[in-house]
Amino acid sequence: MDAQPLLELTGATVYFGADAALDGVDFRLFPGEVHSLMGENGAGKSTLIKAITGALPLSAGVLRLDGQVVRFGSPHDAQEVGVRSVYQEIDLLPNLSVAENISLGVEPRRFGMIDWRQMRDRAGDVLADLGLDIDPASVLGRHSLAVQQLVAIARAISTDVRVLVLDEPTSSLDTDECAELFRIIEDLKQRGVAIIFVSHFLDQVYEISDRVTVLRDGKLVGEYLTRELLRIDLVQAMLGRSAESLRTRPRLRVADGSSEEPFLSARAVTVGSRISGADIDLMEGEVLGVAGLLGSGRTELARALTGIDRLDGGIIRIQGSDEPIGNPRAAISLGVVYSSENRRTEGIVGELSVQENITLALQAERGVLRRISPARQRELAMSWIDALDIRPPDPDRPAGTLSGGNQQKVLLARLLALSPRLLVLDEPTRGIDVGAKVEVQNLVGELADNGLSVMFISAELEEVLRVGNRVAILLDGRVVDTVPSDDLTPDALTALVARPEPVG
Amino acid sequence: MTKVVKHRLFWPAFSLVALIVLNTVVRPQFMKITVRDGELYGALIDILRNSAPLMLVALGMTIVIATRGIDLSVGAVMAVSGAVTLTIIDGAEDPGSTSTVLVAMAVGTGVALLLGAWNGFLVAVLDIQPIVATLVLMLAGRGVALLITDGFITTVNSEPLEYVSTGYLFALPFALFISVAAITAISLVERRTALGVLTEAVGINPEASRLAGVRSRGITFGAYVLSGTLAGVAGIIYSSNIRAADANAAGEFIELYAILAVVLGGTSLVGGKFTVAGTVIGVFIIQTLKSTMLFLGVPSAQSPVFFAAVVIIVVLIQSPRVHRIARGLTGGMRSRNLSAHSDAEVAA
Repeated sequence: MDAQPLLELTGATVYFGADAALDGVDFRLFPGEVHSLMGENGAGKSTLIKAITGALPLSAGVLRLDGQVVRFGSPHDAQEVGVRSVYQEIDLLPNLSVAENISLGVEPRRFGMIDWRQMRDRAGDVLADLGLDIDPASVLGRHSLAVQQLVAIARAISTDVRVLVLDEPTSSLDTDECAELFRIIEDLKQRGVAIIFVSHFLDQVYEISDRVTVLRDGKLVGEYLTRELLRIDLVQAMLGRSAESLRTRPRLRVADGSSEEPFLSARAVTVGSRISGADIDLMEGEVLGVAGLLGSGRTELARALTGIDRLDGGIIRIQGSDEPIGNPRAAISLGVVYSSENRRTEGIVGELSVQENITLALQAERGVLRRISPARQRELAMSWIDALDIRPPDPDRPAGTLSGGNQQKVLLARLLALSPRLLVLDEPTRGIDVGAKVEVQNLVGELADNGLSVMFISAELEEVLRVGNRVAILLDGRVVDTVPSDDLTPDALTALVARPEPVG
Repeated sequence: MTKVVKHRLFWPAFSLVALIVLNTVVRPQFMKITVRDGELYGALIDILRNSAPLMLVALGMTIVIATRGIDLSVGAVMAVSGAVTLTIIDGAEDPGSTSTVLVAMAVGTGVALLLGAWNGFLVAVLDIQPIVATLVLMLAGRGVALLITDGFITTVNSEPLEYVSTGYLFALPFALFISVAAITAISLVERRTALGVLTEAVGINPEASRLAGVRSRGITFGAYVLSGTLAGVAGIIYSSNIRAADANAAGEFIELYAILAVVLGGTSLVGGKFTVAGTVIGVFIIQTLKSTMLFLGVPSAQSPVFFAAVVIIVVLIQSPRVHRIARGLTGGMRSRNLSAHSDAEVAA
């Protein structure tokens, strides 16, 4: 590739206060290529993207587009010249229609008024282009996260796009939707669009990208051709340590559950139309993996078991008591806690400090009047920051400024501070890097060894299999089977979750 | 030095001090405090005394805003509590007896508490948007007050009632003690218990807070009850000052001044992080400004314009973006720290 790069960044440096989030990084992007940006959480991927898309000003360094030096004062400047992005956390307006979201900021106008017909037509075209069969006039918030993600992409490509940044675009997509997205990416590539692809799924990186740039601690590690880079070398480049240290620890075997009383036992749980008559048992010290396709009711089941959504039917028996769990408080007092898949909207309280986030649930449980003393709060926060290796280890930093993986750890710390008996984790490793992912998986294993029950929900079947002692298979809102994970292979599990007919 | 400048109360405090200095330059007697019969008098004392109703309302508004809400009904609640209190005193056999007045004020405050609870019920239990929920009472409240006073302005002569706004205790206006008591009580309760941080959590992310087991409904409900109660006391002080229950004039536009005081103090209307000290400063800015206009003899028809002009200046002084532009113009010192992010961190 000796052609001129479409976009070239040299010596890019961005300071947050005194810390360099990005330090003298070079990055180039050629037309018609998919270029993966890899690195751990906090390596500077998001910062680099923001610098390219004009969301953050460069403290030093030069950005060239077609060889011309450009300076973007705002994302709008970048969009003007065809640099668009789809961020990790979906930044659409759920209360507007799909068409309005797609045309946001570039609404077609006639006589100065918005031309609604043209807007709908245009949205329809783009959606058809993406092979997405939804009504442009429907309200965005009604659609699943996956569809919203695709709409975000539709919005980015609805204009004349030259550089498209996809930050974790697949984290909320299932296999079919991923394939669909990759088809779209290939298509854009053919049209000469340069694509920056950020994903923690190594498989996807290898499948789709032509080149890889690796960052670590805000610095450039190197740029590689994907086909020349071994996976093991890529992981080592990202982590700066050998992949050996990342092996998941072996799980202790739990005694065969059939004889003992389960910690939680749910029968015929029904919630709306999403969960219909689900049965589930959780033993003490067991990790129960939950596998199912998007829309199989994974999240709904988790929310029903933890008192977040009301049951329309069925009973949940916790340690033999079947008092209804009406709200999260009641569940927490029974030792049942839930970590949502939506870290940002249902987890982290962004403007509160890490310390306040960690102590929030414990404080809420103790009540308003019995405040945890500041010294005790600090002690608690520091011990969890230390135990879970939350970085940066600063308890006073607003939690919203942490990277995704560290926010997830803060959430785990909040729940673990309650000394729960059952931890329900909904996609705890979504959108976090390989290193943090293994840490979370290992933590789950350790907790279970100490007698905690864990329900582990993930769209990554391989992960469910690795972490869980048993795997509950969810299909259309029912638990169709529960299988010891030793009896399964990833392929067998894939076949089970995709099976159209429940087992008889 | 930079640490002082970056403190979030720096610019509100700076604005207040600037206003006071300007006043002192224009009229040196502004700072003068005289002692008569062991009681203190002067422009500053007047500001402290006259700010009491706005102070109470703005304190309640601060907590409501922290929960992501807003309480537009405070002015109407003031009118109702004043009407209730004065109607009871007026109808009593002995309007001058302290016990009569105390009972009347307790009932007036109690009614205000109930009105606050009504707002809280609409917002926290029925999930009605705060601006709509409190708009109901804002519009209906004055009608209720007129109903109580039979459509007249009820006037009373009652010494214990007048004492509330014009009386003195330990050489200082009694109304000031009410302000101080409210400020102290709220600061202590918010910061010595966990209420403050839980209120902020609910304001920043209600759903995350609920999932973490925070009683969001209770906290939101409580904020409106507090706001209603404080507005009730404010209504009594107001009526005491004019010795009448005027359903139309009591607390007119005070909801807007209270919101302004909260914002001038540095609490964001988005909810979440709040500062009681900032609100106190905001109230003093507004009250000092009112006193300035009075002194300068700004005709009442023009006073809103004057007021607005000064408020715009104060708001500009506090704007981080204006700071950035100003620093850019003065040669870009410390330019490395000028990124939008570092400013955002300071603001947080």
